[in-house]
Amino acid sequence: MSTIQDIQFSDAIMSRINEYIARYPEGRQKSAILPILHLVQDEYGWMSEPVMNKVAEILSIKPIEVYEVVTFYTMYNLKPVGKYKLEFCGTSCCVLRGAENLMDYTLNKLGIKEGETTADGLFTVTRVECLGACGYAPMMQVGDDYLEHLTPESIDEFIESRRNTVK
Amino acid sequence: MGRKIILEHYNVPNLKDYEVYRSVGGYRAVEKALKSMTPDEVVQEVKRSGLRGRGGAGFPTGMKWSFIAKPEGKPRYLLCNADESEPGTFKDRYMMQYNPHFLIDGMICSAYALGCNTAYIYVRGEYKFIIKILEKAILEAKANGWLGKNILGTGYDLEIYVHTGAGAYICGEETALIESIEGKRGNPRIKPPFPAVSGLYGCPTVVNNVESLAVVSWIIQNGGDEYSKIGLGNSTGTKLISASGNIRKPGVYEIELGLSVEEFMYSDEYCGGMQHEGRDLKAVVAGGSSVPILPKELILKTASGENRLMTYESLSDGGFKTGTMLGSGGFIVYDEAACIVRNTWNFSRFYHHESCGQCSPCREGTGWLEKVLHRVEHGTGRWADIDLLVEITKKIEGNTICPFGDAASWPVASAVRHFRHEFEYHVRYPEKIKNREHFASEPMRLFMNEFVK
Ligand SMILES: Cc1cc2nc3c(=O)[nH]c(=O)nc-3n(C[C@H](O)[C@H](O)[C@H](O)COP(=O)(O)O)c2cc1C
Ligand code: SF4
Ligand code: FES
Repeated sequence: MSTIQDIQFSDAIMSRINEYIARYPEGRQKSAILPILHLVQDEYGWMSEPVMNKVAEILSIKPIEVYEVVTFYTMYNLKPVGKYKLEFCGTSCCVLRGAENLMDYTLNKLGIKEGETTADGLFTVTRVECLGACGYAPMMQVGDDYLEHLTPESIDEFIESRRNTVK
Repeated sequence: MGRKIILEHYNVPNLKDYEVYRSVGGYRAVEKALKSMTPDEVVQEVKRSGLRGRGGAGFPTGMKWSFIAKPEGKPRYLLCNADESEPGTFKDRYMMQYNPHFLIDGMICSAYALGCNTAYIYVRGEYKFIIKILEKAILEAKANGWLGKNILGTGYDLEIYVHTGAGAYICGEETALIESIEGKRGNPRIKPPFPAVSGLYGCPTVVNNVESLAVVSWIIQNGGDEYSKIGLGNSTGTKLISASGNIRKPGVYEIELGLSVEEFMYSDEYCGGMQHEGRDLKAVVAGGSSVPILPKELILKTASGENRLMTYESLSDGGFKTGTMLGSGGFIVYDEAACIVRNTWNFSRFYHHESCGQCSPCREGTGWLEKVLHRVEHGTGRWADIDLLVEITKKIEGNTICPFGDAASWPVASAVRHFRHEFEYHVRYPEKIKNREHFASEPMRLFMNEFVK
């Protein structure tokens, strides 16, 4: 079992956290939970128990209140993921523009199945629901960015460029 | 050329920068409202405009505002709904990306009208790039005295903050959105009490869509009467339409309400006709995934043979039998290679995934729909499944806490109603449909003879 003491958030993160808390009325600090969880996920990659417990401590709420939230909202990773998480939109409008074939293409290229991570820990591929880019389909989200009007060539290029940056 | 209100200046480079926005007349509405109008006059102006909520339900905005309770000693909240997760809808993102100050401008006028000193913009978590744009715009507005304490020396205080969602379609439902801002799971609340009486932190709250709030600034600057002259009948003003699917020019278009569907579909100013030469239009989902799908004959003309128009009234002409809804304005176009069964399964998977799980008819029913549609689409469907689907939708519809249950039922019920022959085809030819592109290689119309009895 990990304990809260395992984790210390950096000063930079703590000051962002306090900024978020200040957006809500006195005593309503729990309201800041979603933005704070995004912030710590960006830092730690996923929602490990010590991270969640630390957030609970900061917000003066019970750990279970954090778990409840983390398991409801799909953007929080419940387990570690690759350095680049490729989230393909698989909803209707993107499917009409070839999203299914494109995702198959990517999975084949990387030699993994949906939800898996490549052995080098670089890429995870998942299917998500409509991301509000239906007119620019097919598309995927990678981190903070939307990559739209995808083609097999643009996928190749993306994967190569990410492989090269870590070499 | 239709009248443009929201996208009037979208050709102006760097419109998202404060100075540029100011140079095209930005924030003049705030000045007018705060300096020369009472809050109630602002509400009256919005009532006169005939503006109806652009988030989906089309409820008159001015009327909604007049319901807000004003108990002593309790703050009131304005929440801007930028959750935008209804498949087929991407208009709010477009507007916020190109013209974030327009939203802030409208929100200040609206918050003033409602007597709110704090407002939140609830943005879906995936729109991180939009959040950055909005936060910058808010800082700029504040630095220039449009937000903060004692705005323009009038004694009115307002803060606007961005609140980030985290991937849950249901948080677009207004009471789920409130729960989410309170830091909880997005479980819709049982109404009443309505948010206008008891919303965020138990205080009176108004929730409005991005587009609804943004145009308030135009209405204040130009007058409600002027706005009501645009559009047709009770569908006043303009509307952003997100167009996607098998069309030549997908994207966001501002239309004057009253434009014919045919013109919107085929004119070069808008969708520009079909994506592929030689593939005819099969169906349209006119207002986001939740509204009934209509076949070509019924989307271009109503059952009584009138031209179908882009208005609340015309699109719903014929009720659920032969009509649909304007909804959020997510206009999804299917050509004859598209498989309606596969699409319906796709939607049902979405609704199953997004159900918050509080009510059993919705939680279980969406699961059954997905399961039955999965087997029909994958060649193991039975004849009885087709009626079973309709039965399940009837058990969900109207039996749930929030309108999500209806939203999950309508796409399925309407698909079976208008495209029963495609479901029958799937049951009859399980081998043919193993090829995912079945209707692309052999259009449905080649088989139609067999189904016409
Ligand atoms: C399941 C569900 C999802 C919704 N999603 C959104 C949304 O993403 N954006 C939105 O503005 N309204 C959404 N709505 C409608 C809101 O509940 C609410 O009616 C709307 O924000 C009110 O704003 P308006 O009157 O300006 O349209 C949704 C409703 C339901 C039932
Ligand atoms: S209808 Fe569905 S989404 Fe709405 S409250 Fe019930 S279970 Fe949740
Ligand atoms: S359907 Fe893919 S972004 Fe909307």
